[in-house]
Amino acid sequence: MKSEDNYHETLTRRGLLLGGLVAASGAAVLVSGATAQDMAGHDMSATKAEPAAAHGDMMTVGEVDYARNGFDPSTILTEWESGTVSMLPDGRTLRSFEIEAIDKEIEIAPGVMFAAWTYNGRVPGPALRAKEGDRLRITFKNFGSHPHSMHFHGVHSARMDGVPGAGLVGPGEEFVYEFDARPFGCHLYHCHALPLRRHMHKGMYGAFIIDPDPEKHPELADVARSRLLGTPENARWQELVMVMNAFDTNFDDGNEFYAVNTVPHAYAKQPIRIEKSRPVRIYLVNVTEFDPINSFHLHGNFFDYFDTGTNLTPTLRTVDLITQCQAQRGILEFSYAEHEAGQYMFHAHQAEFTELGWMGMFDVVEA
Amino acid sequence: MSETTVTGVPVSGWKRLAWILLPLLVLAGSIAWIVASDPLRSFDNGAPPVEALTFERTILNETGIHLMVRAGGSEPMTIAQVQVDDAYWRFIQDPPGEIERGATAWLNVPYPWVLGEAHMVIALTNTGTAFEHEIAVAVPTPEATSSQLLAQAIIGAIVGLLPVAVGLMFYPALRGVGRGGMNFLLALTIGLLAFLLIDMTGDAFELAAESAALFQGPAMVVLAGAASFLVLMGVGRWRGTPTGLSLSFFIALGIGLHNLGEGLAIGAAFAAGSAGLGTFLVVGFTIHNVTEGIGIAAPILKERPPLWSFVALTALAGGPAVIGMWLGSLAYAPQWSALALAVGAGAVLQVIVEVGAFLLRSNDKRSAFTLSPTVIAGLVAGVGFMYATAAFVKI
Repeated sequence: MKSEDNYHETLTRRGLLLGGLVAASGAAVLVSGATAQDMAGHDMSATKAEPAAAHGDMMTVGEVDYARNGFDPSTILTEWESGTVSMLPDGRTLRSFEIEAIDKEIEIAPGVMFAAWTYNGRVPGPALRAKEGDRLRITFKNFGSHPHSMHFHGVHSARMDGVPGAGLVGPGEEFVYEFDARPFGCHLYHCHALPLRRHMHKGMYGAFIIDPDPEKHPELADVARSRLLGTPENARWQELVMVMNAFDTNFDDGNEFYAVNTVPHAYAKQPIRIEKSRPVRIYLVNVTEFDPINSFHLHGNFFDYFDTGTNLTPTLRTVDLITQCQAQRGILEFSYAEHEAGQYMFHAHQAEFTELGWMGMFDVVEA
Repeated sequence: MSETTVTGVPVSGWKRLAWILLPLLVLAGSIAWIVASDPLRSFDNGAPPVEALTFERTILNETGIHLMVRAGGSEPMTIAQVQVDDAYWRFIQDPPGEIERGATAWLNVPYPWVLGEAHMVIALTNTGTAFEHEIAVAVPTPEATSSQLLAQAIIGAIVGLLPVAVGLMFYPALRGVGRGGMNFLLALTIGLLAFLLIDMTGDAFELAAESAALFQGPAMVVLAGAASFLVLMGVGRWRGTPTGLSLSFFIALGIGLHNLGEGLAIGAAFAAGSAGLGTFLVVGFTIHNVTEGIGIAAPILKERPPLWSFVALTALAGGPAVIGMWLGSLAYAPQWSALALAVGAGAVLQVIVEVGAFLLRSNDKRSAFTLSPTVIAGLVAGVGFMYATAAFVKI
């Protein structure tokens, strides 16, 4: 979003003169009996959108080379990084992750290259997933040109905070973050090197999801089990991770492109397949810089919303729009079981964000 | 001084050719070496190329928005995406692909623009650099239909031909004036031409600033103005200093070039569809230009030129406004308008010099005339009238 001050009206001497000229020409034409071009007549029928395209002509042009980028928005939707699991002497699970900071130029929109700072070469970084109570050990190596860190939204000690003085990693160095996975919920991690805003909008962020341990929540064990990756209850669900992000390509502190999972219109051009019999759960994280608020709106349906995902009962029931501040996140649950098959849109309901790329489609199919 | 003279060493034609070819070969060889070995490699700091994009023409019609852009970067440019009013739109670039430095391409956007409202178009390159173009008031771009051309011709005639003709109609009344009256009218002519010179130069620089950097707008304006001044001075003095009818024709030419520039700008405003206020502006502009006819008539007050010459003078001074209108609305580009205005400014400067020389010659006591209250009054009246009537058309 940018300031509107470049819309100032420019009136020139000739511009003002023109009005007179138009009037004079009208009179002159009346006298001559000819018909001048009808200035008031204004027919836009020739710009009609092709019926096939959901957003008609309002769309980015071309395709992003996902192979060159090394990640595809359609696959990272369901890609969970669960780490390497081992057993600690006390019987607890140790989950180890390897994360590298890499400078990488990525194609963030068709034909538009962006000099990104990435975790593991992708934006957003890998969606880390653990179980409540796991011991987490994240080995972070910085192969970038600037100091970076991993700052987790979660419970940890000051030494593990990933801020200058506590886990900030210089180029070529490494650090091991270690803490317990809690509280359960939908969280995020991001670089907390300074200046923070630049490190964020250059691409250093990712989802950090902690599944609830059913044994710790006997009163809602079924709900907890449905959220625990690897259980049969969870397999029923179609789980998607969506990181709402944006890119300022000309460094004017305003975003040129908005998206979920980096590429504008990616899910409009390749709709997300949804089997209507299976419920849908979205882990939604907002890391948009420069704009204080982002939002998610679902077409033709309503959802339950679990703000930050730290409860097993919804914080909002039956809504079709939620807003998220920067770094706010939550879980959306809904179902298209009762719907007819078809294409259902989802997008930010700030129309500007929508029209600058943050728009996609669910392709709900009979299954 | 020594008596050394350059003894004309007879250089044969072939030898001379060889001596011309040698430096050219060295230059070509140097360029080949620079391109091949890239001695500037060590200066490559990884910075992205400098990019520049100029929007030269805008056409709005029933198929959407069409923009002609000119690339002016250090490398060929790629337009990756186009935004209209903060929304990405499909567009078709013609011709497609990279735009070479100095080359142009059309961006055709099927955008349903809204009559009378403002739109902001942004072209994003592959580096993410954004180039903005404001459409202040969206109206359909005039097309070259016969009725459109006729309507524009009529407007051009109203602002160009009519005032010159009206000014020339003072001719019989002015014929009887004495030496003082003559001095006053010539000084008035110099005054109004001085106003036009300042006005045109300002407009030329303003348009030059809008044009692509590779045209070097300000330098182009100065050089074109100087060239036009020198050429016209040379042509004018080919057979002695211009007086009488020939001086009138030179004044008419200068004013005609001024009106061509005005016509270009009005035509461009017509195409761009700026907001309008009323007919009184046309009337104001016509009054503003009436003095031009008086100025043209001044040098021939002591002669009896044939009647056709008045028609020719009117056509030469006012007609270019019509041509300017057509060109400006149908094929507008800021650099060509700036060029036309610069050439006109040179021509106006030439007639200022010649009318000044004429005024000097027609007075015997040259030192006395410069301080003459009549001449001072004429200059002040000329500049003052133009300045005052310009207030009608400047807002």
